[in-house]
Amino acid sequence: MELKLTLNGRAVAASVEADTLLIDFLRAQGCLSVKRGCETANCGLCTVLMDGTPVLSCSVLALRAAGHHIQTLEGLQEEAADFAAFIADQGAEQCGFCNPGFVMNTVALLRENPDPTDDEIRAYLAGNLCRCSGYEGQLRGIRAYLDHKKGRG
Amino acid sequence: MDKLKTVGQPVRKKDAMALLLGKPVYMDDIVPQNCLVVKVLRSPHAHALIEEINTDVAQKVPGVVAVYTYKDVPQKRFTMAGQTYPEPSPYDRLILDQRLRFVGDAVAIVAAEDEAAADKALKLIKVKYQVLEAVLDPHEALDGPILVHPEDNWRSLCPVGADNKRNLCASEVCSDGDVEDVLSHCDYVIDHIYHTPACNQAMMETFRTYTEMDPYGRLHVISSTQIVFHVRRILANALDIPKSKIHVEKPRIGGGFGAKQTVVAEIYPAFVTWKTGRAAKMIYTREESLIASSPRHDMEVHVRLGASKDGTIRAIDVYTLSNTGAYGEHGPTTVGLSGHKSIPLYTGNLEAFRFAYDVVYTNRQSAGAYRGYGATQGIFAVESAVNELADKLGLDPVAIREKNMVREGQVMPAYYNEKTNACALDRCMSRCAQLFGWKEKFPVRDMGNGKVRAAGVAMAMQGSGISGVDVGSATIKLSDEGFYNLSIGAADMGTGCDTILAQMAAECLDCPVDNIAVFGADSDASPYDSGSYASSTTYVTGKAVERACQQLKENLCAIAAQMLECKPEDVEFTGQGVRRLDGGGEVSLMDIATKSMCGNEIPVQVTYTHSSPVSPPPFMVGMVELEVDKETGGVEVLNYVAVVDCGTPINPNLARVQTEGGIVQGIGMALFEGITYDEKGNLLENSLMQYKIPTRLDMGHLRVEFESSYEPTGPFGAKSIGEIVINTPSPAIAHAIFRATGVWHRELPITPEKVLMGMKAKG
Repeated sequence: MELKLTLNGRAVAASVEADTLLIDFLRAQGCLSVKRGCETANCGLCTVLMDGTPVLSCSVLALRAAGHHIQTLEGLQEEAADFAAFIADQGAEQCGFCNPGFVMNTVALLRENPDPTDDEIRAYLAGNLCRCSGYEGQLRGIRAYLDHKKGRG
Repeated sequence: MDKLKTVGQPVRKKDAMALLLGKPVYMDDIVPQNCLVVKVLRSPHAHALIEEINTDVAQKVPGVVAVYTYKDVPQKRFTMAGQTYPEPSPYDRLILDQRLRFVGDAVAIVAAEDEAAADKALKLIKVKYQVLEAVLDPHEALDGPILVHPEDNWRSLCPVGADNKRNLCASEVCSDGDVEDVLSHCDYVIDHIYHTPACNQAMMETFRTYTEMDPYGRLHVISSTQIVFHVRRILANALDIPKSKIHVEKPRIGGGFGAKQTVVAEIYPAFVTWKTGRAAKMIYTREESLIASSPRHDMEVHVRLGASKDGTIRAIDVYTLSNTGAYGEHGPTTVGLSGHKSIPLYTGNLEAFRFAYDVVYTNRQSAGAYRGYGATQGIFAVESAVNELADKLGLDPVAIREKNMVREGQVMPAYYNEKTNACALDRCMSRCAQLFGWKEKFPVRDMGNGKVRAAGVAMAMQGSGISGVDVGSATIKLSDEGFYNLSIGAADMGTGCDTILAQMAAECLDCPVDNIAVFGADSDASPYDSGSYASSTTYVTGKAVERACQQLKENLCAIAAQMLECKPEDVEFTGQGVRRLDGGGEVSLMDIATKSMCGNEIPVQVTYTHSSPVSPPPFMVGMVELEVDKETGGVEVLNYVAVVDCGTPINPNLARVQTEGGIVQGIGMALFEGITYDEKGNLLENSLMQYKIPTRLDMGHLRVEFESSYEPTGPFGAKSIGEIVINTPSPAIAHAIFRATGVWHRELPITPEKVLMGMKAKG
């Protein structure tokens, strides 16, 4: 079936099966930041933005994205690099496999709530699993970024 | 010693930004997408023989390239355990076997042009099973009527006390002193059995491997593995081909925790590529990763701990029954740590110990290596027993530990008579108590809203590499313009070993970390390394880096001396170059690098190989504050404070994150994670929906500090950090739950149901 959508600001038309999942479509389009960590919508690794809202691309049919604007980490490099550097300074990226999903959701969080409390950060990112870091370093990184931004602003 | 410039600094990981920004660096990001997709048909029965298997229809599915059954594979048994040869793990595997030994065991391999065709073919393979009675209970396995491995070509290469005709994967007894005699003279003996069921590493990237034939007719393997060299040997054994025909490399790895110290996915695409000549990949589903991989060994640990009235711990007797499941990967070795890394914590006043074990086969998922590697199970048991003793004697559990703990300079009879050259366990305890506020938090506090707060404590140790076995190597090379290449065979699986080894090299060579380009790991190109497991990389490979750099500096000085027309002993290395001691000139690294490529016979590349006769233990103390809801049995971790002695932390950021990550995994193990089976042997927690790992809402607040000691045999005084950090949460949490509820939970995970039922049973 024919699918037309906007992917990272670029118009894309492609032929997909009715049961193609958005995650598989995106990876086939070269958006390899999108990772699969489970098959049950539990891990958050495949998080992308649909019209600016985070969705789990493993649980969305590609055709559901027809006419919508999908953003993956490939399309948000600068926005992400801004705060990701602070997470890197904590060593909290670790294996990195969960990072794209977690970073995408953090982009969404910071757009929605530019000055979140620690508890708001934890709650917003609760669906993004990480097995390496124990989460605390990710929080320290985001907190350091927010503090830095305040100091700057 | 001079002040360190790079070691001890929180250097950013070399690959950090690439990982955070989602660059394509993992196996499935970098391999051709038009390769064959490999899938495995899995047994629906815990124990069965394949009577008939018909693949005719499956082979006719458009896009299907090959379907293989047990009739197609080599008949030499091998082990998938990534261990140094000769492996202690028995040779009990075939790629595909007529006998199926657990629900999920491989029945057939399908290779197809795409996933849909492979999935369709899986459904069309017709199998007639002769269903056999299964042995699921480890208590019934030893000398029972059902044999998991009755075959005559089963082999054990090492004297580990194995006997397949008894379902015995390994057994041993060792002791020091007369434990029965001392126990009989003790005022108190704590005597309990503690049970830690299997649990899963659940690294975010599932098992995956890509294989292709290279232009030289060799099998080229790109795999998410911790052990490139062991993979080469294991694949050669499995395929029954020469090792020279195999080349293994690893890209970035999406987590390992020991899971990828076993060859789990590799054999299937390797077999397909070797047979068809076509490139192939296998990507485990999450379900496969949970039901057919290499989880922690289910262990039952029987502790008898004898003490006098004043709390002096005089004797410890440990018997472990370990369940290795259907195959013996890591079975003979994990079990050893359950005693050898728990009993020595109490070397202080110990008069006698005994440690015995049996490791049995059952028709459950095969176990493997998981961070902690048996120590985690043993420490849960022994630390719980010590907490029970403290309670019985009415002593402060911190004080009883301070009275009995191992101290620096002591010889540990239960740890192969090794001496603690570096041990800050006493300082870890006092610092942790201070940070945590033990005196204020240990008393049970009723919050007046149906919730009770309480605290618990535990200590831990681990090793640093496998003494006398693990080999680490490093190659350091001076290149154009004076930068260095560091090649290693250890595997950075997210832990940051590429970076910390570069820090060590930078320290030795007195240059910025950015001047060290790291490469690894590749079985053709890297110097030999056992691989990244057993907490070995910092300690063993790190020392190889240090030594290689020393040698390289000598070589660079020799070249420079020629250039400066003096003797090598008349020059010194400055970091930027080499200068004459008499002030008569200097050459830069760039000059030396340039010279090295023109009319030069002195190598600017040095490989050094290191192995250690000892395995110095890191030590740690963990304290937890939690809140139990008396209405629901719910447990909420509020605070976890840990103080770790890993020797010198090479990179305090990465050591801290290792610790935090290990603690959170440990919290998961204590409270949520556990593998259970139904009566037919089906594993119930087969997705992340059922197998719940901690989210960031489940862990409370973590606080980690280091109390450094200096290990003279380690690089810059370092020991290890990777594994020990998972060991304290289970006993500390069980302790705190006892304090809150009056019920000891001796089986993990301690779920709200168990807490509530425990409180009800107590009345």
